[in-house]
Amino acid sequence: MSMPMFSLTECFILSQKSFPRLFEVLQAKGYQVIGPTVRDGAVVYEQLSSVDELPCGWQDDQGGGTYRLKRRADNALFGYGVGPHSWKKLLHLPAYCLWSAQTENGKLQIAPGDGPAPKLAFLGVRSCELHALAIQDKVFLRGKYVDPAYRQRRENALIVAVNCAQPSGTCFCVSMNTGPKASFSFDLALTEVIESGQHFFLVETGSPQGAELLGQITEQKATQKDKDAAARVVANAAAHMGRTMESAGIKDLLYRNYDHPRWEDVAARCLSCANCTMVCPTCFCTTVEDATDLAGKQASRWRKWDSCFTMDFSFIHGSSVRASTKSRYRQWMTHKLATWFDQFGTSGCVGCGRCISWCPVGIDITEEARVIRQNDGITLTKEQVHENQKP
Amino acid sequence: MAPDPFYVRRLKPETDDTFTLALQPADGPSKFNFEPGQFNMVYVFGVGEIPISISGDPGDSKLLFHTTREVGLVTRAMRQLKPNDLVGLRGPFGTFWPVEDAEGKDVVIVAGGIGLAPLRPALYRILSRRDRYGRVVLLYGTRTPADILYRHELEQWRSRFDLEVYATVDRAMSGWRGNVGVVTTLIPRAPFDPRNTVAYVCGPEVMMRFTTQELQKRGVNKDAIFISMERNMKCAVGFCGRCQFGPTFVCKDGPVFRFDKVEDWLMKWEI
Amino acid sequence: MKTKSLEELIAEAAFFKDLDPSYRQMLAGCGTNVVYKPGEFIFREGDESRQFYLIRTGSVALEINLPGKGAMIIQTLNEGEVLGWSCLIPPYRKHFDGRSVKQTRAIAFDGACIGKKCEEDAKLGYEFFRRFAGIMAQRLSATRLQLLDVYAKP
Repeated sequence: MSMPMFSLTECFILSQKSFPRLFEVLQAKGYQVIGPTVRDGAVVYEQLSSVDELPCGWQDDQGGGTYRLKRRADNALFGYGVGPHSWKKLLHLPAYCLWSAQTENGKLQIAPGDGPAPKLAFLGVRSCELHALAIQDKVFLRGKYVDPAYRQRRENALIVAVNCAQPSGTCFCVSMNTGPKASFSFDLALTEVIESGQHFFLVETGSPQGAELLGQITEQKATQKDKDAAARVVANAAAHMGRTMESAGIKDLLYRNYDHPRWEDVAARCLSCANCTMVCPTCFCTTVEDATDLAGKQASRWRKWDSCFTMDFSFIHGSSVRASTKSRYRQWMTHKLATWFDQFGTSGCVGCGRCISWCPVGIDITEEARVIRQNDGITLTKEQVHENQKP
Repeated sequence: MAPDPFYVRRLKPETDDTFTLALQPADGPSKFNFEPGQFNMVYVFGVGEIPISISGDPGDSKLLFHTTREVGLVTRAMRQLKPNDLVGLRGPFGTFWPVEDAEGKDVVIVAGGIGLAPLRPALYRILSRRDRYGRVVLLYGTRTPADILYRHELEQWRSRFDLEVYATVDRAMSGWRGNVGVVTTLIPRAPFDPRNTVAYVCGPEVMMRFTTQELQKRGVNKDAIFISMERNMKCAVGFCGRCQFGPTFVCKDGPVFRFDKVEDWLMKWEI
Repeated sequence: MKTKSLEELIAEAAFFKDLDPSYRQMLAGCGTNVVYKPGEFIFREGDESRQFYLIRTGSVALEINLPGKGAMIIQTLNEGEVLGWSCLIPPYRKHFDGRSVKQTRAIAFDGACIGKKCEEDAKLGYEFFRRFAGIMAQRLSATRLQLLDVYAKP
């Protein structure tokens, strides 16, 4: 693995002491700062009013079905791996009013539900999350149809990325070529360097807007020594991935293994709880709910996050197309790693590891992919398949 | 993403559990253009929004027809609608029967049950340019004689000299003078030249699987067969993810697919 | 208009397609032309099965009586199709009523006559039963699809 390079753009230094200035400048520009904070024993993304709310000195232990916070030996502000939240909750809202309708004197009026989008600054976006945003951009902005609500929020968002220094036990961005260094789609990208008694941020600018902001905070240019230090941080992160996944040829691997016995095996463990889809930064599926007032004059239609793991998801003509857990897990995993390529020209998985940590039974997508690869082409006999289909 | 208001002009019961809804835009342009095989999202105030294929004549843009079966909450509410009631409508969505590409060829339309609804616009379009096609054959199968859609129109079509209409039912009591047997049994003896034929198939998935096999047995190429798929659908624009069928979204990559493009997925279970 | 001979009619039938002409002649020796009026029963359920039919024109409904409901049509057979193979397979009984829906012309083949010829000439027997097997497989497949009741209310 080559050392990450920091020489392409001009880099600046932001000292730990002057870091709060970033907040002040963003807020002065009218941004709500959304960033990591500790709540209910996890690092989540919330609106922050000051730097004091950042998860200073926290890191996490993550594994299959495990997430625990623990103290760090230092005062790193971004020394954690990604938690249960992802930025999609701010762009592709968990609940969104598509339209509201009212009837009055035989007239039906339907008004779009999207209100003005807030100006949000995302602080602490990881490289895998930048990739996840780019993937959702393809879903909502680059296809035949554009989601106006997503577009408005996305266009308004300012992105301050922070390169990973401390990957979690379930991270595998290196395998997915999505990190750990932020390489695109940010306004500012920070690397938190803590070494030899120093604590500073090396800052890259990714947009004129980012450069303008940074100009108000620091003018201190980074030296080669600073860049080397930041490069070591990222290289160290890259060397400490908790998981790996061989992603080469994975689409075809899964396409030719739809009848692999492993799907039965994973179905026996999977609870169909939908946690993996809720924490996944790229999952975008939704349902709709209709609400009416008691007088029956006002109605609204809400779009809400949904999951391919529910029975209702594929329900048609009195039954579900994907009635078995096996078919639902297979749908989810092959969507992430195979059909997504055909749909959007990219993987649907960024290697963030959330689905592994937050699976109550610790199902590990990297392990499932590995087992299928190791037993590539194994299929059940027709009789076995038939036997398995029995209720 | 918000629907436009449409007036209900007529609600015509077709069979015991199917009906046709005739709609007209409440404001904006009075015309509504669509291609045969496309569908709309129809919203019943406060109840919900569902995809329904357009079943009317694409050449007549004044009234917009949708034929559907009363199976769920929304269709039940829809059946209660009266003339001048308002519904919301978004559309048209999806791919369509490529009737222009079939010019110069025989066209075989195989419909099962309510599957005739999305095929009727194709037939209207073809009949409006009848001279551009070879033989045109409609093979239609339903459960019983009472389930035959558009009966009057089928009888009119059957009396035309330039259109072959064969209907069959899965079961009938004695006295029924028509055919009994599944729709696939009509294929071997239908009059068309399999090497110069385009086939459009719509019906329950199993019926389409059997039909495509029978068409191939007759000598029709896979790439000359088109089918219309159906899946759970909430948004019609590829965002809700529900209508995924393998690598495709039925709402925007379908509902009409060339058979060879989806054959592998059709033969897999629980896709 | 010249009336076609049985042999010519057999030669035109898809069921006998590509059959050696000498065999066609043999088969013609076992056949007779028959005509049924609309509504006429060709055979009844439980009858001894002596003949099978190649429908030349018209159509035949296979019916079964459901007590309290009347006769239900299981299947209709049309021009070019064959019915009545129970005359070749023990216990040689008709399983359904066969009723002419429209005026129906057919060739009736004597089962015992054909059975004997097939016994004597294994090649003819193979050709003949190969064709029957093909039709049976097709009918079985169609019947299975019919059983699925794909248009039923969910």
